[in-house]
Amino acid sequence: MNKNILGVLAASTCLSPLMAMAQTEVHFWHAFTGRLGELVAAQVDEFNASQNDYKVVQTHKGNYSETLNAGIAAFRAKEQPHILMVFEVGTATMMAAKGAIKPVYEVMAESGATFDPDAYIGSVKGYYTSTDGEMLSLPFNSSTPVLWVNRDAMSAAGVNPDTDMSTWEQVGDVLDQLKAGGEDCPLVTAWQSWIHLENFSAYHNVPFASKDNGFAGLDTELMLNGPAQVAHLSAMGNWAKDGKFIYTGRRNEGGANFRSGECALFTESSAGYAGISREAEFDFEVRPLPYWKAVASEPQNTIIGGASLWVMQGHESDEYKGVGEFLSFLSTSDVQAAWHQNTGYLPITAEAGEATRASGFYEKNPGTDIAVIQMTAKQPTANSKGLRLGSFDQIRGIIDEELEAIWSGDKSAQEAMDSAKERGDKLLRRFESANK
Amino acid sequence: MEKRVIFRGWLLPICLVAPQLIISIIFFFYPAAQAVWQSLFIPDPFGLSSQYVGLGNFEYLLGDKYYRASFLTTAVFSVLVTFCSMIPALLLAVCADRLIKSSGIYSTLLIWPYAVAPAVAGVLWMFMFNTRVGIVSWYLGQLGYDWNHVLNGGEAMGLVVIASAWGRISYNFLFFFAALQSVPKSLIEASAIDGAHFWRRFFDIVLPLITPTAFFLLVVNVVYSFFETFGVIHTITAGGPQQATTILVYKVFSDGFVGQDLGSSSAQSVILLVVVGLLTVIQFKYIEKRVHY
Repeated sequence: MNKNILGVLAASTCLSPLMAMAQTEVHFWHAFTGRLGELVAAQVDEFNASQNDYKVVQTHKGNYSETLNAGIAAFRAKEQPHILMVFEVGTATMMAAKGAIKPVYEVMAESGATFDPDAYIGSVKGYYTSTDGEMLSLPFNSSTPVLWVNRDAMSAAGVNPDTDMSTWEQVGDVLDQLKAGGEDCPLVTAWQSWIHLENFSAYHNVPFASKDNGFAGLDTELMLNGPAQVAHLSAMGNWAKDGKFIYTGRRNEGGANFRSGECALFTESSAGYAGISREAEFDFEVRPLPYWKAVASEPQNTIIGGASLWVMQGHESDEYKGVGEFLSFLSTSDVQAAWHQNTGYLPITAEAGEATRASGFYEKNPGTDIAVIQMTAKQPTANSKGLRLGSFDQIRGIIDEELEAIWSGDKSAQEAMDSAKERGDKLLRRFESANK
Repeated sequence: MEKRVIFRGWLLPICLVAPQLIISIIFFFYPAAQAVWQSLFIPDPFGLSSQYVGLGNFEYLLGDKYYRASFLTTAVFSVLVTFCSMIPALLLAVCADRLIKSSGIYSTLLIWPYAVAPAVAGVLWMFMFNTRVGIVSWYLGQLGYDWNHVLNGGEAMGLVVIASAWGRISYNFLFFFAALQSVPKSLIEASAIDGAHFWRRFFDIVLPLITPTAFFLLVVNVVYSFFETFGVIHTITAGGPQQATTILVYKVFSDGFVGQDLGSSSAQSVILLVVVGLLTVIQFKYIEKRVHY
């Protein structure tokens, strides 16, 4: 009995490499754990089961920064994977590394896999295309900021939970009422730079950086100290001083406070849906991100956060065929619709969005389409296509520091943003000289 | 007359020191030389191209007022960490040394925190002091103190110092405890008979006898606070607020591994190397003179 099992095990161990040899392996490094990791693994398994020529091997390499670092280190050691997941702030780094990456449009053309660049949603795709419209990396998970509302907390403070909060002017009034009604935590935010500067600028159609937010060249400079941004941050700074805006940290620390029911309003990614719907024991609602009526008569589109898939140089052409097949599979409507509904991330193709609508998902889960509408209501402008800035992870660090100075009252919004521009521009100049 | 064994020839002595030399060369001299070489370039992250800039990286760094400020931050941080990890350790060691029974259990318990990795320690302290849900900050709130290390630089510094020093107390305790045990009992008894009370005996006899250990720990702790604390800082404050906790080594890490700016990162490690080298020389030259072996 035991011997038999051992024999089978031994035989299968000997055979499995042989079986794997027949298939071309495609390595895919990503940054997802937990539920998202399971969903990625399921996508990969489904692809592997759907055909016999290629086998995608997915590996988790740590968080976004760690995955990017692992990819860079692997490239230096000539051990790079075929597909690397890179978060949106690493886009400029990847794009500048022309000898390290193989643009997606090229991979797709060579592999002959089905690929229709027009099928992808413009404001999602725009972040990852070159200025002449060629897709450089495949958008994978994309989300956009929205306003989350704790309706119970609104009622408890004596504020009508149906109050219109389309504009920051209206939100300001609501915050006054919440505070007066005894709410200790009227407003929190996650990802302050992403929501209150990067998206704020796109949403009000003002530039965040020169040269079309960096899309048109490496010699870009930050323009985040403009009057619109300063006005918004001054208002936020005043709210922070009065205890109407509570600062909890640079990342999504505020999520814990909102999910526990402690806070009334929360600006956070639409992908917060999974966590909030699971944990919140109160009546919650998704609203579009507010805009300032005084700055723009109506909002432009918001921009995305998340990651895209980059194909690395230095592999065999039949392996690239496999990469093409896999990317094509990921873009199919069914895969995308399931991903969108399971995670709260945006669908990357218009077709997947329509399929989701047709299935009645949005009626069953109200508010899940707000992010899609907010992204797609308008054709993106040069200010709202996205951001393409080198060393952007570090620039965000600088912005975080300067924003903290506003929240603590150490600096005025204008001083803080002037300083952020000066410090950030230095990093941009270094990036420019490193990638000449 | 002094007796000495002298090796004949060179082969055997070289073989004997070779393992140590090889390890030093591979793991220390070679990477250090690489860092010096790389500090002269601005490379792109993927190693596809690099621009020779001479001392440009150093100029860029030293022209940055935030970088210059991080020297002071580092000095404050390492002095605080060294004191906060050595003084309590000495106190605990003295107490444990006085115990007649079960000092073994106490010392074992006291050593435990050393087993906690710095990053994990950082997360533990971060949760206790979390501004909204932390238990310590809640109690402080009850006492009327509004703890907010995400915006208050002084509090952030205090928190990273405590978190960094905490695990080190165990390590220092171990050494102090061993040193105290090796102080000859006869000396202490003799002075007790002469009428010296406990603290008198401690300062006049015990402390001078354990100075070699204290000096060793001083050097080791300074090096620790310079090099090994970035895990704690990364998990608790990420260098903030407004760079209040950005020490030199954290900046090396964040520029190199977050910003992918290997040129600046290498230049910073060269500067750090020089600073720590100078400090160690100063320690050995001036403080060691007061140490009695």
